Amino acid sequence: MSARLTRDNVAKVADLARLNLSEAELERYTEQLGAVLDHAEDVASLDLDGVPPTAHPLPLVNVLRDDVVVEGVDREEVLSQAPSVEDRRFRVPAILGEEP
Amino acid sequence: MSVIPSTALEIAAAVRSGELSAREVLDGHLARIDAQDGEINAFNLVMIDEARAAAAAVDAQVAAGEDPGPLAGVPLALKDNLCTRGIPTTCSSRILEGWRPPYDATVVQRVNAAGAVSIGKTNLDEFAMGSSTENSAFGPTRNPRDTSRVPGGSSGGSAAAVAAGFAPLSLGSDTGGSIRQPAALCGVVGVKPTYGMVSRYGLIAFASSLDQIGPFSTTVADSALLLEAIAGHDGRDSTSINAPVPSLLESLGQGVDGLRVGLVTELMGEGIAPDVAARVRQAADALTAAGAQIGEVSVPAAAYGLSAYYLIAPAEASSNLARYDGVRYGMRVDAPTTAEMNAATRTAGFGDEVKRRIMLGTYALSAGYYDAYYGKALKVRTLIVRDFEKAYADFDLLLTPTSPTTAFKFGDKTADPLSMYLNDICTIPTNLAGHPAMSVPFGGGSDGMPVGVQLLAPALGESTMFRAAAVLEAAAPALDEVWS
Amino acid sequence: MTLTHEPIEGEHFIVVSETTGESWEIVVGLEVHCELATVTKLFCGCPNMFGDEPNTNVCPVCLGLPGSLPVLNHNVVELAIRLGRALHCTVEPSVFARKNYFYPDMPKDYQVSQFDKPINVDGWLDLPDGTRVGIERAHIEEDTGKNTHAGGSGRIHGADYSLVDYNRAGVPLVEIVGRPHIRHPEQAKTYIDELRAILLTTGASDAKMEEGSLRVDANVSVRRVGDTALGTRCEVKNLNSLRSLGRAIEYEARRQVDLLETGERIKQETRHWDEGAGRTRAGRSKEEAQDYRYFQEPDLVPLAPSAEWIAAIDAAMPPLPAARRDALASSAGVAVTETSVVIAVQRDLDQLALATIAAGGDGKRVLTHVEHNLSGDGATDLNPATFAQLVSLELGGQLTATQAKTVLAEMVTSGRAPDVIAAELGFEAMDSSELEGIVDGLIAESPDEWADFCTGDDKKRGKLQGFFTGKIMKATKGQADGKAVAALLESRRAESL
Repeated sequence: MSARLTRDNVAKVADLARLNLSEAELERYTEQLGAVLDHAEDVASLDLDGVPPTAHPLPLVNVLRDDVVVEGVDREEVLSQAPSVEDRRFRVPAILGEEP
Repeated sequence: MSVIPSTALEIAAAVRSGELSAREVLDGHLARIDAQDGEINAFNLVMIDEARAAAAAVDAQVAAGEDPGPLAGVPLALKDNLCTRGIPTTCSSRILEGWRPPYDATVVQRVNAAGAVSIGKTNLDEFAMGSSTENSAFGPTRNPRDTSRVPGGSSGGSAAAVAAGFAPLSLGSDTGGSIRQPAALCGVVGVKPTYGMVSRYGLIAFASSLDQIGPFSTTVADSALLLEAIAGHDGRDSTSINAPVPSLLESLGQGVDGLRVGLVTELMGEGIAPDVAARVRQAADALTAAGAQIGEVSVPAAAYGLSAYYLIAPAEASSNLARYDGVRYGMRVDAPTTAEMNAATRTAGFGDEVKRRIMLGTYALSAGYYDAYYGKALKVRTLIVRDFEKAYADFDLLLTPTSPTTAFKFGDKTADPLSMYLNDICTIPTNLAGHPAMSVPFGGGSDGMPVGVQLLAPALGESTMFRAAAVLEAAAPALDEVWS
Repeated sequence: MTLTHEPIEGEHFIVVSETTGESWEIVVGLEVHCELATVTKLFCGCPNMFGDEPNTNVCPVCLGLPGSLPVLNHNVVELAIRLGRALHCTVEPSVFARKNYFYPDMPKDYQVSQFDKPINVDGWLDLPDGTRVGIERAHIEEDTGKNTHAGGSGRIHGADYSLVDYNRAGVPLVEIVGRPHIRHPEQAKTYIDELRAILLTTGASDAKMEEGSLRVDANVSVRRVGDTALGTRCEVKNLNSLRSLGRAIEYEARRQVDLLETGERIKQETRHWDEGAGRTRAGRSKEEAQDYRYFQEPDLVPLAPSAEWIAAIDAAMPPLPAARRDALASSAGVAVTETSVVIAVQRDLDQLALATIAAGGDGKRVLTHVEHNLSGDGATDLNPATFAQLVSLELGGQLTATQAKTVLAEMVTSGRAPDVIAAELGFEAMDSSELEGIVDGLIAESPDEWADFCTGDDKKRGKLQGFFTGKIMKATKGQADGKAVAALLESRRAESL
């Protein structure tokens, strides 16, 4: 299926997932995730050419709702749950990265 | 004070007739929780005030000559990944600590409308990721049958709550076996309904295409009662099936005469403890004795289910859990920039197993690896669906163990994630196919711990599945029956 | 370096390098996001409203609260198909996908969009100049919330912190991805104008660029004239007006030609237009591109609009700008690319023009009035019969062009008949002998100027024609017909030579 998972792979993935890993954690996760992926190698022996993917167990299509307003939630109730609020908006630290 | 019956059906009947008050029922259960949950740790939160108010409302309805509903006055425990308005909902994760959802899950609305008394929020493996409830940020739940052992997971708290008599009913969620496996390990009934039969609205997602809510109870009939109450179409869940709810209670007495039941070859050999496999054969004999035809059936792709599952579920989870970023709710660890704050929050807020699965899933979806991992897993999912279709051409139901072993000791599998994942080998294939399955207690293993046997049915085959479950329940050996 | 509008080899517009004299072709493909004009958001029942108090139009779904689930708005699909069909797209079975990236204005930290299976594919849009611009796809996706940057400069860089409002989160968008068939900044602006007209006609969007309900990104590349392969492109963002769009494309093309002529390569990257500085600045390069980890959104089911649904949308499709231009041009007897035809349709005055022509109004004259004299409000309410009457008075010589304009303005305001208004204003056609008397008198008053007019060069004569015309108009209080004055001056000059 693929080459064994490397430390660099794990570091890159942690970055994508916004997780900070210590050196020891990097080491440990590389080992553990590698073992899980090795186990997944059994799938590689299967002939999957021409097999369509199944992303979802239900054969449903076209589930739609009417374009009608439904009352939302109380703004104060929502804002009361936020770690930081200013001027009735959610406050976050400086955003450095550009919007995709 | 009258004696409180142990089943939900009896309690509801007594409350509806005015024989018992919901308050008495609640007090009895609260007393048991108070006495024993310190050790078991089934609950993250006991909703004493809310439960008292709900019980009082039920009693007022009865006093006014109104019918509170089929679950009148029945204490019910909710897995702590079901949203409850104004009541902390944590997923047993630090990252959601203190969060009070501004809305109720559809199932919570439905059980409340049916007269149930929600009694508390039960412990789970963080974000339902685990098979032992050892991954909870609030400490593990203990198996009421033997407190040195795990209750299974991820719905370990819900299973233990029913097994310990804290509530006759509870709700759990099942993504790869998270209802059935703890049901088996705790010796109670646990049902994963057909995907789409129960609304997921308000269930905090682990893996959206696999998650399904279902009941725990001490009897098959109680699970039928609860499933009837929570099933049915919900316009707030696009994946909710718009079909009539099957009459499960009515089907219970119909027996299995003439039903064809297949023993799945791949799930009876390697990796299954001999005492567990022996109980499954004994269960097959019981079905034969009741008139069913038993045969062996191969579901080859079932062997690959575990690999596919441990790519698909983490992939969906990696996306579902992205929203815990410290911006809108829950925990925040401050940092100079938003990106650093996101990472600091997630690093501190998520436990080890959750991080592991987020990373596994992120990797499986990432550029260059999608086709090899996630893409292939989706194809394996197709093979599993096809193999089940073939099997159900010849059989009405399938029979397997629920869990490869009985309840194991704390710490036995925490060091090696893969050994923990192998616990789900019998339960995962049905999640991938979206089919219903349930675990029914069937005697004990050589260690005296409960064994669960699993019945599998095609989509919407719940009625047939419950018929066989009732037969197995009646034929089940006692837990303490001497092992031969 | 000069930018020329001159077509070289047909319809290609080019940048001519001042240093090498080489000709470069600009290649532009536009990506347009437009907010659909629905009552509620894409996946929940919150109002789709602009400008409300922060975080008022929110619910568990559009806030991405744990446990919430999306349900697709029927009207979004309806409007998306309507738009797709107006752009001659094929409507395909489609699925939603999750585009995964962290950003605080995105409540779930993924955007639900259509990725490999969009709803509308393979269409086109015909520009008034006859160019057909291909449409690769027009797919449905959700909008994000809005970040306000506080402290520091108020811009994203240097801001101390930001505040997030999720009212816009989950508003339905259609992203229209055009093929790189645009060859000039002006053509890009025309494309947006035309697309706006289609969005308004179909009711899909209010398409307000200034309010952000229509947003444009431009993929710009250049190549030597004659080359067929596409050059490396840059995606220019932050284009908040048509003016920005045109300027940014021109700037970006010049920048790329400069680089290529000095032997450098174009780096594929996102660039941000800075309107104040009049330049683009580098953003993220392709190498740093995000890994979005797209996968099918498991909380939604596939979309497969029935043939009946699509047929019903086709049947109810209002006439689109291109068809309206065709109809008007053929009725007026002018070319479909005439500016007046394009403007008439843009101003929604084509029905008035058609009715006026049908009522006997001269086509060209009607279009001239629509183009030059009917830019204000109320023009659509003009009575075609009286408009035709006005045009006839003008062509019959009873009103001068200037008088006709004045009368028309009064018709728009009061709705009264042109002959009544003309009489009230004292507009009567001046008879020719009266005009001749006035002209001859003025010539006698200014003999030197008249001599110069008769014998001077073109430039001088032009200037003096203005001098005399002005005096005549003043003397006649503007009632003289400009054409008649010019003819009279010319005949007197010929007589005097």
